[in-house]
Amino acid sequence: MTALDMRRRLRTVGSGLFFVAMLIVGLLVLLPIIIIVLTAFKPVAEVNAFPPSLLPSDWTLDNFTRIFTELPFARLILNSFVFAGGVTLCALVFDSLAAYVLARIDFKGSRVLLLIIVASLMIPFQATLIPIYQLVADFGWVNTFWGLIIPRAADAFGIFFLRQFFLSLPRDLDNAARIDGASEFRIFRSVVLPNAVPALLTLGIYTFVNNWNDLLWPLVFTTKQEMGTITSGLTLLTGPSGIVPYGVMMAGSLIAVVPLAIMFLFVQRRFIESVASTGLK
Amino acid sequence: MTASDTRPARRYRPPGQLGGRGPIGGQAKRRLTIAGFLLPALAILVLFVFWPMLSALRLSFTDASGFGQEEFIGLDNYVEVFSDPNILRAMGNTVLYTVMFTPLAVILALVLAMALNSPRLPLRGMFRTWLFLPFIVSLAVAAFAWQYLLDPQVGLVNYWLQTFGIRIGNVLQDPVLAMPTVVVVAVWKNFAFYMIVFLAGLQDIPSSLYEAAKMDGAGPWSRFRNITLPLLNNTTGFVLIIATIAALQAFDQIYVMTGGGPYRSTQTVVMQIYQSGFKDLELGFASALSYVLLVATLILSLVQFFFTGRREKDTA
Repeated sequence: MTALDMRRRLRTVGSGLFFVAMLIVGLLVLLPIIIIVLTAFKPVAEVNAFPPSLLPSDWTLDNFTRIFTELPFARLILNSFVFAGGVTLCALVFDSLAAYVLARIDFKGSRVLLLIIVASLMIPFQATLIPIYQLVADFGWVNTFWGLIIPRAADAFGIFFLRQFFLSLPRDLDNAARIDGASEFRIFRSVVLPNAVPALLTLGIYTFVNNWNDLLWPLVFTTKQEMGTITSGLTLLTGPSGIVPYGVMMAGSLIAVVPLAIMFLFVQRRFIESVASTGLK
Repeated sequence: MTASDTRPARRYRPPGQLGGRGPIGGQAKRRLTIAGFLLPALAILVLFVFWPMLSALRLSFTDASGFGQEEFIGLDNYVEVFSDPNILRAMGNTVLYTVMFTPLAVILALVLAMALNSPRLPLRGMFRTWLFLPFIVSLAVAAFAWQYLLDPQVGLVNYWLQTFGIRIGNVLQDPVLAMPTVVVVAVWKNFAFYMIVFLAGLQDIPSSLYEAAKMDGAGPWSRFRNITLPLLNNTTGFVLIIATIAALQAFDQIYVMTGGGPYRSTQTVVMQIYQSGFKDLELGFASALSYVLLVATLILSLVQFFFTGRREKDTA
């Protein structure tokens, strides 16, 4: 065996070990997700059995039927979609409108305005939650979709993110449209927006995931069980007795994860890129 | 992040503005258009970000409770925030949480990002997708899963550790172990995000640098010390700050797993704000505590803007 062969073989072994190590890391990372999936399908008795088993001996949908009786779960799923979808839709519309003006039209005070908007990124919503709640309560919006959605219908990060993207689009098209007498709104809708689909998708995914997964926000703005989201609803399962119905909880958790998992499957690359680019935040 | 870096030289100036000779009607219409575009977003930001910020400041000087009269009580709330042992405990816990979470999450993210960036790893693409999965699971759902895994009676972790002769008991009821446990859950959920940011940074480092260093006989550690770390400096700074800000806001998994207990050992600042503001209805006091969080976050954000600016200059 020549020295070169030897080195090649060492490299292969090294790669193999590397692969196995990453496989172990991957399994550890996956463990909680595996547990959610497998437990969701276990019979109730088996969920709380000792010694615990990984695989269900008998695959059943009992936990899924139980979660729909223990919580108004169909309603919670609907609420999650309306809340996360509503915030995403509103934010995309309002953020892109504002971003368009800040990126493409010169006007007095636009720099100052941008600076103020960016500065507001530094305010954590946790710190202003009490006055926001008072405001929402004054509007009579507690336990309504308005209360959940409107305070988040625009956000500084989205405006800033889209503005940066709009700046990168070539201006020839909108200038041509302007000479043809198109209104600003027409240029925005027919020229800029169609070219900004990747950025809108990125921001949309980011906003949807964050709101879908949020706990504190729905916890504060909804006090009625049937107005909660999946995430906030599931926290109600831990009763005062401290006994946790794990099977039902995992079934609910699985339902909470599935829509995002499907989204992830379809737009996997964009999803990861979206995280990398929103890493700006 | 300075706007001037990205601002293109050629900008459209509507006819109305050219030397101010345009028709008056055009100017007014143009202003109206700009206002129309900005209004919805600005209204939301003013109403639900800026106004609450001022409102919280005002509340923090009162004894507001949600009912009846609010009285101005000066700095009393702030004095209480910095003297009440329970609140000091919550601030201390938040610091402890941050000190554990940030290095752990950031180092894990960096190590895994480097592994995912290595051309020697077979099926890199698959691993990238795989390790990213925790990102789509909410912290609350992650907390449910970990709660089951760690259950002293029926949890798999305890069972597996027992076969090695290790007994950890009920970690969530243990005043010493509860905090590290909720930190681990957050690390599990959040490292993927930091890992992807690191990966993007690593991909910007030209591989020719590593090849040249290899030719000069630099070992892996030396290449890491002298190429990776310095060139990743701004990304690392950025990730450290966003991880620290995330740590200061710790709430979800603690709410689910321990409720701040046992014996307040996992009570954090945001847990306390929620408790004081929404359960005990001490709005003034909770607002003062909120402002402490706000100022801490502001300081960190300013540092973060500095790193973001440097990062953008790197990639420009």
